[in-house]
Amino acid sequence: MHEWALAEAVIFSAINFSKEKGIKIKEITVSLGELQQIDEEIFDFALGKIMKTMGLKFSVKKKREKALLKCSACEEDWNFDSQELKEEEKEAVHFIPEIVHDYVKCPKCGSPDFRIIKGRGVWLNSVKGE
Amino acid sequence: MDPRTGMIENRLKGTRVIAVSGGKGGIGKSLASSVMALELSNMGYKVGLLDLDFSSPSDHVILGFDYSKHKPEEDMGLVPPEICGVKFFSLVFYAGENPSPLRGIDVSNAIREILSIVKWGNLDILLIDMPPGIGEATLDSIRLIKNIEFLVLTTPSKVSTDSVKKFVRLLKELKMPVIGVIENMRISESSKDDFDNFLGSIKFDLDLEKALGNPEKLLKTKFSQEFREILKKIF
Repeated sequence: MHEWALAEAVIFSAINFSKEKGIKIKEITVSLGELQQIDEEIFDFALGKIMKTMGLKFSVKKKREKALLKCSACEEDWNFDSQELKEEEKEAVHFIPEIVHDYVKCPKCGSPDFRIIKGRGVWLNSVKGE
Repeated sequence: MDPRTGMIENRLKGTRVIAVSGGKGGIGKSLASSVMALELSNMGYKVGLLDLDFSSPSDHVILGFDYSKHKPEEDMGLVPPEICGVKFFSLVFYAGENPSPLRGIDVSNAIREILSIVKWGNLDILLIDMPPGIGEATLDSIRLIKNIEFLVLTTPSKVSTDSVKKFVRLLKELKMPVIGVIENMRISESSKDDFDNFLGSIKFDLDLEKALGNPEKLLKTKFSQEFREILKKIF
């Protein structure tokens, strides 16, 4: 249910942005980085509930973004695969994606010193309005 | 646009946020944060304790908190568990005994995530146990938590005093409220003349180690008794 907190943050940010720009929101675009392993069904449900409670009506476009990791030691890059983790490790990365450094190592040199290049978590890409 | 940033203010609305900080490691920030949380809870405040020292979280060790048995609950966010009336959150819930080799950007992101998803509820005071120095955690906390105040720890050692003076100078340049400076581990000479907002001094307590992991014993130590007197000046 941590998806609720993230959905709340997305709506709150979009509203703040629309107030700053003096626009009425028509559409927002959100990217969901795979590292955070968001349950899209719960996220959608939360967005819908929050919007309904707040009397908001606009469309939400979502896109999944693959998580790309790059080793700081040997420059190898690779995609994060949650299937390689145990259940409790997946859950830990879900809550705080940076915990991935505790459970994943570079597949080439074994270093835990890598960067999350993209696909970390939830990001509000755009707010369109009029 | 990072959706987490705007949420942080909402989460901490109406809560006094105090960062327990210092320029150096090993000067007793975690001990002071943990004991302060227990003391304030005993004084009747609704208190939260957030361990932001990601590389060596230790509040759970000081408080004897078994993180494997008491995890945050999921309820439209993360609800921190309690110990002795103190709501507590630490990266240790998810990292366990693993080392967390985080670079600056990772520290920044983890701080944002925690501040935006942890639901502290209706707290009077949130204490943040900061990592040493003027790094990502300090700079991000200043940027993200609009009403943050700093309680600064030092020791009588010149090594610590010099660092902490620079740290306090930076906070003042950034126009951050500094509640004051507390000296820990005093053996003989005090560094009180080095600071204009010196709150008090705590003598080196040889028996403190034996009380670690036991909140009841901790509160009976000379450290806690002297710290309590200083806290009375602030609360």
